[in-house]
Amino acid sequence: MANTLTSQARTADHPRPAVNYLNAQKGIWSWLTTVDHKRIGIMYLVGVLSAFLMGGIFALFVRLTLLNPQHMLFGKVLMTAETYNRVFTLHGAIMVFLFIIPSVPAALGNFVLPLMLGAKDVAFPRLNLASFYFWVFGALLAITSMVVGAVDTGWTFYTPYSTTTQGSVGLMTMAVFILGFSSIFTGINFVATVHKLRAPGMGWFDMPLFVWGIYSTAIIQVLATPVLGITLVLLLLERVFSIGIFDPKLGGDPVLFQHFFWFYSHPAVYIMILPGMAIISELIPTFSRKTMFGYRAVAYSSVSLALLSFIVWGHHMFVAGQSQLATVIFSALTFLVAIPSGVKMFNWLGTMYNGNISLETPMLYAISFLLLFGIGGLTGIFLGTLSTDVHLTDTYFVVAHFHYVMMGGTVIAFIGGLHYWWPKMTGRMYTEKWAALGCVLVFIGFNMTFLTQFFLGSRGMPRRYYNYLDQYQPLHAFSTYGSWVLGAGLFLTAINLLMSLRKPMDAPDNPWGGTTLEWKTSSPPIEHNFEDQPVLDRAPYDYRPQPVAR
Amino acid sequence: MSTSTVDLHDQHEHGHDPHQQHHFATMEQQFDTSKIGMWLFLATEVLLFGGLFVGFGLMQSRYPQEFLEAHEHLQRPLGALNTVVLLISSFTMVMGVLSAQRSDRKKLVMYLVLTIICACIFLCVKYFEYSHKFEEHLLPPRWYHAQPGDTVRDAAGNVSHGYGTFFAFYFMMTGLHGIHILVGIFLLAWIAIRANRGEFSKAYYTPVDLVGLYWHLVDLIWIYLFPLYYLIK
Repeated sequence: MANTLTSQARTADHPRPAVNYLNAQKGIWSWLTTVDHKRIGIMYLVGVLSAFLMGGIFALFVRLTLLNPQHMLFGKVLMTAETYNRVFTLHGAIMVFLFIIPSVPAALGNFVLPLMLGAKDVAFPRLNLASFYFWVFGALLAITSMVVGAVDTGWTFYTPYSTTTQGSVGLMTMAVFILGFSSIFTGINFVATVHKLRAPGMGWFDMPLFVWGIYSTAIIQVLATPVLGITLVLLLLERVFSIGIFDPKLGGDPVLFQHFFWFYSHPAVYIMILPGMAIISELIPTFSRKTMFGYRAVAYSSVSLALLSFIVWGHHMFVAGQSQLATVIFSALTFLVAIPSGVKMFNWLGTMYNGNISLETPMLYAISFLLLFGIGGLTGIFLGTLSTDVHLTDTYFVVAHFHYVMMGGTVIAFIGGLHYWWPKMTGRMYTEKWAALGCVLVFIGFNMTFLTQFFLGSRGMPRRYYNYLDQYQPLHAFSTYGSWVLGAGLFLTAINLLMSLRKPMDAPDNPWGGTTLEWKTSSPPIEHNFEDQPVLDRAPYDYRPQPVAR
Repeated sequence: MSTSTVDLHDQHEHGHDPHQQHHFATMEQQFDTSKIGMWLFLATEVLLFGGLFVGFGLMQSRYPQEFLEAHEHLQRPLGALNTVVLLISSFTMVMGVLSAQRSDRKKLVMYLVLTIICACIFLCVKYFEYSHKFEEHLLPPRWYHAQPGDTVRDAAGNVSHGYGTFFAFYFMMTGLHGIHILVGIFLLAWIAIRANRGEFSKAYYTPVDLVGLYWHLVDLIWIYLFPLYYLIK
């Protein structure tokens, strides 16, 4: 059935237009000054993938250092404790602020969201470009901070250490502050776009679920990021002028920083995972050839996750000295998160059930997501439970948990989405065989690296530590070997995608038989997205055969 | 914000307003969208200040006596004067938007200039207040000098950090607000220049409307700051 639909879509194609968004204007200047959401999405994609590469290299070094307790490699000590602190801090800060937060919304979302809505562009094209330049500026500042004396506080910048350390916390927090603007601009843009630029005939419940996910994300970006902004300003003022708000010596409260920080950074976790879930909600119906099971429930679950994200920040601070009552309340609220997450999981499975599943690469990533996010989500319950969390706080168990959600969830979904929309973005098909192999390697390598860390953590290996006891060595070594497999899988995936760019444009308009509007325009799309304003004539994920004459 | 970005590659027949951007179907849609964007931006501003308000509240509950005594050093008449000045500026701003809606160029420019004058008065008054604080060393904890009236002291006679904390928040919050006033002056000047060129009429006055919204928010924040700091008692 998949083939008939695809070929039907293929024959229904008009010939590929000679002029598309990639070649309509030429030269580097036309890219740097573009206000086309598709080009900005591509520029963001290049940016966030470079950040991913950089953060990934730092991660490989962290794992390499932990290969044995002496940190020896070829008879030499790989890095000192100070360098180690810096490297894991940079890994965290780069991955969170430069890569994951903008990855799906700003790169893929920018490209796909207006197409899915049948719009010509986002609501504020120039704000969109400004968002990209704020990102570039923030990234440059972050890199400068590494050169001048890298931060060694961990990506959370906890006081009082962050206000006293010699590392260039000032530059790094300024970088994150500016990246916050970039994130806010994207958020404002997407909320306004979803509200006002939907195609004629597209009601709220006719929107693809990707749009629902990105919309929920955008709301969090708008409402949470300013709080991080003011927190970082306070941190800077504390460092420069000793204003005494976080410093107990001057009458301040260091835990207040943690409250402020997590009031943003917990919602930020949902800025990271909701777009991943949004992609999965596209992949699963498309490759199961079946209407989304429980469309409304999935749509509402995105919004409710966005709202819940604001009231659970205290679960990062169970042992940080907040009142017992607050701890109990935050723990109870945290369990609520399991409900919308479970709604999504079961609806995805319900969609696959009795579907006509085709295991193309994006679907392989979607299935990986279900497995990995399942583990990541369930181990979250261990950490939300007070009695177990007291033991697991600040161990590798936490590290493994959030890597299962962030990497096993968001990054896997991101790469799946990248494969899904790659033909639309570039007009080229990648080699399926290598892409699938890359996915399998990533899946195996990821589990080798991080499943091990659950064991390490539950046996008491504390996170962030440079030194460890000999008894942990076998597990640490296994985790490091896993990181090599993971790295190899990602490398293969990257090479395979890049190699496809050398081929002539061969992608059909709708290679997967998708039903959402982005598949109704050419691959790659023309500059203004659609020849004529598309009008929605059927619900999303309606895979019943379409009458040929429309 | 949205000057004439008529796209050269726009395939549609022209004849619509030159201010209309190519990705909007109607001017009305464009205006509504801009308004949504501005309201979202204002929401981020509220949350930005929200963090400081929460911090102030926490510190006030920790140092109630110090905050009460410290606020006596603020010059209440000057604070009240600034409140009145900003309220007037809000009124002139409303009249400016109204004039734009009526395509009355002269009045629009006049009201915008009046608003700018009010903003400048506000900043002048603030300057005098700040320099008074600096002279008296009413500053954040590290630089705070004990005042005769400070009663909360430890056994060695050192004053509590609560006094300095009050002024740390005072400078942060009124300072951040002052920066917003300054930005507002530039925005108002920019639309005043454009208004003088006759760019706005009842068919297109989005920038006037949006800067107006921004200005009202800046006023509103002061309406909360004034009682918070000057009227603790």
